[in-house]
Amino acid sequence: MTSDMLIDARNIGVNLSNRWIFRHVDLAIERGKVVCVIGGNGAGKTTCVRTLLGLVNHSEGTIKRADPLSVGFVPQKLSITPILPVTIRRLAALAGKFKSGEIDEALSAVGLDELGNPSVSTLSGGEFQRLMLARAILRSPDLLVLDEPAQGVDVSGVEVLNKLILGVRDETNCGVLMISHDIELVFDIFDDVLVLIPHEFEKLRHSDTA
Amino acid sequence: MLDDFFIRALIAGIGLAIVTGPVGCFIVWRRLAYFGETIAHSSLLGVAVAILCDVNLVLGIFFTATVVVFIVFLLERREGLPTDTILGLLAHGGLALGLVLLSFFPSVRIDLHALLFGDILAVSRQDLLVIWVGGAIALGVLCWLWTPLLLTTISSDLSRVESRKPLLSKVLFGILVAAVIAVAVKIVGVLLIVALLVIPAATARRFASVPETMAIGAALVGVVSVAGGLFASLQFDTPSGPSIVVAALVCFVLTRLPLGLFGKGNTGA
Repeated sequence: MTSDMLIDARNIGVNLSNRWIFRHVDLAIERGKVVCVIGGNGAGKTTCVRTLLGLVNHSEGTIKRADPLSVGFVPQKLSITPILPVTIRRLAALAGKFKSGEIDEALSAVGLDELGNPSVSTLSGGEFQRLMLARAILRSPDLLVLDEPAQGVDVSGVEVLNKLILGVRDETNCGVLMISHDIELVFDIFDDVLVLIPHEFEKLRHSDTA
Repeated sequence: MLDDFFIRALIAGIGLAIVTGPVGCFIVWRRLAYFGETIAHSSLLGVAVAILCDVNLVLGIFFTATVVVFIVFLLERREGLPTDTILGLLAHGGLALGLVLLSFFPSVRIDLHALLFGDILAVSRQDLLVIWVGGAIALGVLCWLWTPLLLTTISSDLSRVESRKPLLSKVLFGILVAAVIAVAVKIVGVLLIVALLVIPAATARRFASVPETMAIGAALVGVVSVAGGLFASLQFDTPSGPSIVVAALVCFVLTRLPLGLFGKGNTGA
């Protein structure tokens, strides 16, 4: 692996309960590059990214990760129970040991500094995504991973979000891995794209490999 | 001063409430009320084990409860059964097994009523030492676990990606709950201990905007409930354990009344 290589996956696949969620995936993520994973519902996008992060064990293939590899993860959605009170600053601060000024900076980088410190439960979908992005930026990660950041965000919101992501990439030279169900949402920003096709379709294409 | 059984009960109850408040917050945040109930029920098996092995009651309960915690984690990972099914199996299985085992020792006189409902008025000086020293250790462990456990509660994935070892914090918290319940059984009993974990936390939610203030609030509500319950039990000659729980319930209901007196009602719904 070269020093810029963050994750190098060769021919990986995940089999859960005798069903291939996805197979034959090759993916390399380097510093400074934006890699998108595109695919329809059920194509295994989220499982693929979770596998690359080590949250799911792969059934075949090899994955090499830079060591150490610090990851800033922006999950698609978090369901925080209403009985757990948490404000945006408190959630951001859970990313690690940071000074109050650093948290201010990260929140203003995503444009949340003017909200004050409201409860997380009051945020809109786009605001929540930006909060999670601020939290990820705070960790100054080698790799920024976003699962469908455009979900529940309107068109102008997507542009803002994409600009933010590119800004972070330019500033820190981190690698970016993001999932989208729609190639148009990420068309302007990716360097590489992995298109995941649901396995049923793939079987039709290579009936000999199934 | 410690010669007075009532003062001892008060000091014991307050010591316990200071710990069950913050621990109880994680119980409600992580939806572990039935898990707590399971640990509490299985402590009857712990009593049987303590008698069988001739060890201290608290140690016997703690040991058994810890084993139950590990069985819960193993079954969850291996068997693919829903958590509440596993807990139902262990809670009532443990309780029944404990009662059956105890029946083999007719010579041993067990005050079942005290085990089920607690006997805070029978607290000794040694119990006080166990509660306050054990409580200080439990709070220390909880502080150390605080950030990883909180992040794990919000998102297990985030916690793993950020190398916070979610499984380790979950197991350690399980053992912590086992320890707290082992100490608390003598005070409020098997059937009422979970009330002391859940009710103060639920009451404190209304006044808190961050997890830490809710934890402190839950401890305070617990202390008020213990004091109120004990004085009421003295006044009206009611059983002490249930009186404490009723006092906690009264606190909860009072803070839910629409009187406009209690903050701005940040219920976060």
